[in-house]
Amino acid sequence: MRNSAWPGSTSGIQEYTGTWDTPQVVHLLKRTVFGATVADVNYFKGMTMSQAVDEILTPTAAPTTQPLNNYGADVTGVAPWATWIGTGLLYQDQDLNGSRVASMQLWWLGQMLAGGRSIHEKMTLFWHNHFATDAITDHLGDTPAQLWYNQYLTLRTNALGNFQAMVKAITIDPAMLIFLNGSTNVNTSPNENYGRELQELYTEGKGVNSLYTQTDVHNAARVLTGHTVDASYNYVFQAGNHDQADKQFSAYYGNHVVTGYSGVAGAGELDDLLGMLLGTDECAKFICRKIYNFFIYYVDDATVESNVIVPLASVFRSSGYSITAVLSTLFKSQHFYDLVYAGACLIKSPLDFLLGLAREFNLAIPTDAQSQYNAWGLLFNQAQILQQAVLNIPVVAGWYPYYESPTYHELWINSVTYPQRNYYTDLLMTTGDMMNGTTLVVDPVAFTQTLPNPSDPVALVSDALSILLTVPVSTNDQQLMMRTILLTNQTNNAYWTQAWQAYVATPSDMNAYSTVFTRLQAFYKYVMDLPEYHLS
Amino acid sequence: MQRRTFFKTTAPMAAVFPALLGGFNIKAYAGALPFFGGWDGAADNDHVLVLIQMFGGNDGLNTVIPIDLYSNYNALRNNIAIPEGSILKLGPNDKSGLHPAMTGLQSLYNNDQLAVIQGVCYPSPDESHFRATDIWLTGANSDQYLNTGWVGRFLGQTYTNYPVGYPNAAMPDPLAIQIGSVLSPTFMSSGGNTAMAVPEDADFYGLINGLTSPEPNTPMGTEVTYLRTIARQTNKYAGVIKAAYDKVTQQYAGYPANNDLAQQLKTCARLIAGGLKTKVYMVNMGGFDTHGGQVVAGATTTGYHTQLLGQLSDAITAFMKDLKFLGQDKRVLGMTFSEFGRRIVSNGSLGTDHGAGQPVFVFGDAAATGILGTTPDLPSTMDVEAVIPMQYDFRSVYSSILRDWFCVPPSDVSTMLLANYQYLPFIKSTACNNTIDDLNNIGNNLILNYPNPFIDSTNITFVTNGGHTLVQVFDVAGHLISVLVDQVYPTSGTYTITFTTTNLAAGIYYARLQNESATQVKTMLKVTK
Repeated sequence: MRNSAWPGSTSGIQEYTGTWDTPQVVHLLKRTVFGATVADVNYFKGMTMSQAVDEILTPTAAPTTQPLNNYGADVTGVAPWATWIGTGLLYQDQDLNGSRVASMQLWWLGQMLAGGRSIHEKMTLFWHNHFATDAITDHLGDTPAQLWYNQYLTLRTNALGNFQAMVKAITIDPAMLIFLNGSTNVNTSPNENYGRELQELYTEGKGVNSLYTQTDVHNAARVLTGHTVDASYNYVFQAGNHDQADKQFSAYYGNHVVTGYSGVAGAGELDDLLGMLLGTDECAKFICRKIYNFFIYYVDDATVESNVIVPLASVFRSSGYSITAVLSTLFKSQHFYDLVYAGACLIKSPLDFLLGLAREFNLAIPTDAQSQYNAWGLLFNQAQILQQAVLNIPVVAGWYPYYESPTYHELWINSVTYPQRNYYTDLLMTTGDMMNGTTLVVDPVAFTQTLPNPSDPVALVSDALSILLTVPVSTNDQQLMMRTILLTNQTNNAYWTQAWQAYVATPSDMNAYSTVFTRLQAFYKYVMDLPEYHLS
Repeated sequence: MQRRTFFKTTAPMAAVFPALLGGFNIKAYAGALPFFGGWDGAADNDHVLVLIQMFGGNDGLNTVIPIDLYSNYNALRNNIAIPEGSILKLGPNDKSGLHPAMTGLQSLYNNDQLAVIQGVCYPSPDESHFRATDIWLTGANSDQYLNTGWVGRFLGQTYTNYPVGYPNAAMPDPLAIQIGSVLSPTFMSSGGNTAMAVPEDADFYGLINGLTSPEPNTPMGTEVTYLRTIARQTNKYAGVIKAAYDKVTQQYAGYPANNDLAQQLKTCARLIAGGLKTKVYMVNMGGFDTHGGQVVAGATTTGYHTQLLGQLSDAITAFMKDLKFLGQDKRVLGMTFSEFGRRIVSNGSLGTDHGAGQPVFVFGDAAATGILGTTPDLPSTMDVEAVIPMQYDFRSVYSSILRDWFCVPPSDVSTMLLANYQYLPFIKSTACNNTIDDLNNIGNNLILNYPNPFIDSTNITFVTNGGHTLVQVFDVAGHLISVLVDQVYPTSGTYTITFTTTNLAAGIYYARLQNESATQVKTMLKVTK
């Protein structure tokens, strides 16, 4: 638990007007997209802060590809490296379904990796954690993989849109209807599962001011009766299974009554219910806290609550629940940029760590399907070991580090995952990670060439650290890295300059290349082995 | 440690073990019984190697100074030459002596604890600090780029599958330790780096590689603290290193102050005595890049290089005394090296430029005292480009350490070093019970040429004792020009071959004879008509 008095904790959501330079841009990028690449940092430095945030929040087009058959034999006749989307939806072979879900997991990681300068994929991931699901445990036999692809599109389509539209879409999303038993929620025996999570996890939360009752859970379930999937797994409202009576909610919801309707009009009760849920003070605050926990730091003090969460929730409500309005206010706020001066404090999630590393070092991802899935697979395997596999979230509340008080994101790091992270950066820096002929490996020389002044070892270290680390590194430590690694303990900086210039003059000269390669490799490896590397 | 005593008093080994073990599988005891060492190879003996890396390229010719060729030495580098009367004598040896700052090493020599190997280099040496360092650390040819280090290959092949399954009961400790914060490439094995970095100052709770920045009372400070704590807790070797360090409560009190190398070696001694089974330690000192001002004008026994050599010598000497104090002296062998030696001819700035061959010191009770090799052949005048030619390949030094100190079988040594290298006698045969030729009486003129100087061709006469014989010619910068002989002779004999140089420039060439463990180098001078 932190001390509540820290720089930035007292500032609020008023627009930041201070310096806009590398540290601020790196901070913005590391938090809103996966990693801060040199190219992106340069790009956004050419804009104002406000323009940069606006561009990052601009939605990107939906993926142009679909997950492919990377698993081989498919009894429904899908050829290898053809897509299985739109084919064999109903097929219930658990092994095949599992193979398709696995293919979907890799493809999803690929979308995040290709997400570029937009927050869109990271925000989709945020909503995946918010509406957490698990396609694998107990669901390979009842949920065709196609539905998870559809759910990804549902999340993505609404990720930067309107929150009420998002909740409605996910409520009637076929995979979610199956996952939380909405599909079997009927008037004769209401299933409360979704009605409960809708309030506890998706809208109201379990904060001290979230005072909905068990009766509210039951009545929400009644409102939702009849919303299900048909035999083809399409969403359908079955009026015959809908509870047509009025539903009386508690004082927490202003004693609101959702008027019951018969026939197809019964489906419309959902809008009434969602309007009621989102009409509370608590709902907007709950979502803002989750956004804050995901992108900024965990909330545990009253100062942040009153200076950031409450005004942010007010923006959320007054904008009619515009997700982008909240994000825009937050990422343009004085509070957000005060963290630059307070230093990095958010522990990278496994995906932030892996995809950030891949993007910052511009890991070469092959373009032919087989090699591409291999490359995605290598990163996915690590994400899984490090406890963040999409479509395999362990509990409905999301990945533990995003909600488990009091340690939150520290849960990403433990005696297994920390050495594993070090092992993996070492691997990518040395031999590379390999699968079936595909290798992911960092090219330390290529990365260095993107820095502004690599022939000056002082500038090289400083510039590289400004991208790779968001904690301040003292001049002494920078000197130490330069001298012991880049200069191999020589005392004259010119030796590095000569070595670099010799390489630049004749890149094909193995001697010149090897000299700079070895030292740069050791340097980046050292940086990535630092505990501080895991902060953003 | 009584292992050597055991060897001396209990022979033959093979006859003893079955009786001792009463029919139990010998392998089940490997590692548990220290006297298996030296028999099952490196994993089982308790020998430790300490590598001292001297950054910058040490001026070897002012470190191990020619006595037999003093006047030419004095002529070639008059402005920095050490006066003949100041050279420290090494026992009865009248060929070379030590720089006057190295009284400590002199005493080690006279105490039968120091071997000097002359002219250590490799064909076609590189004069770049960086590249030459990489070559020395990896054990590469000058046109070869290796991503593993020679120590890493040794440890990786000795401790199979490392790092999978390590630490374990047989090897609970780091395979190697680097004093400092950055791991040397020399420790890289195919399975990853085999070493752990340990800071020389004794805060072993902070022994993780790391930044020194404070942990402020901010969210960042909170999380940095958390991450550093986990990093320490999950460092699988932090506990054993700390325990070994704490186990030693008293050390030799005579370590010199203000001597960084001495502090590093002191930490090594403490960890060794604390019971770590770690095989290789690496320490370093910098500052040897003496292009200018390496001596004080007119007072060449003083100045910067004198300070460096004094620190080196004092640190090693104190370390040896400490090891004896701690009862570890039989376990430790040390070796110094730099990325290259410096030029023969000094420059006008009271300094020397980047060169090639260098003397290597091997110290410890097991060092076979003596000077291996001859004084570098020094004509009275030489080109400023002239470097000390190779007498011994540096990998022959590594090879012999693996064979005679870590008791690695010769076939494994060649796998670790990626080739067969000459076997050199600078470690006492008792260390691994190996037998090796005594090179002290091989004679002085095993290779000669006539005429010399010559114009187009010269006749090279060499003496072989039989067995593998190699005659190479290098140019003044150490580039391999020609291999005149590379064959096995069934018997000893004297042979003459003709070296023709029609297309070569005038200047100095070196003819190098290598016959099994024996090596000699002869300087030849080509002149124009």
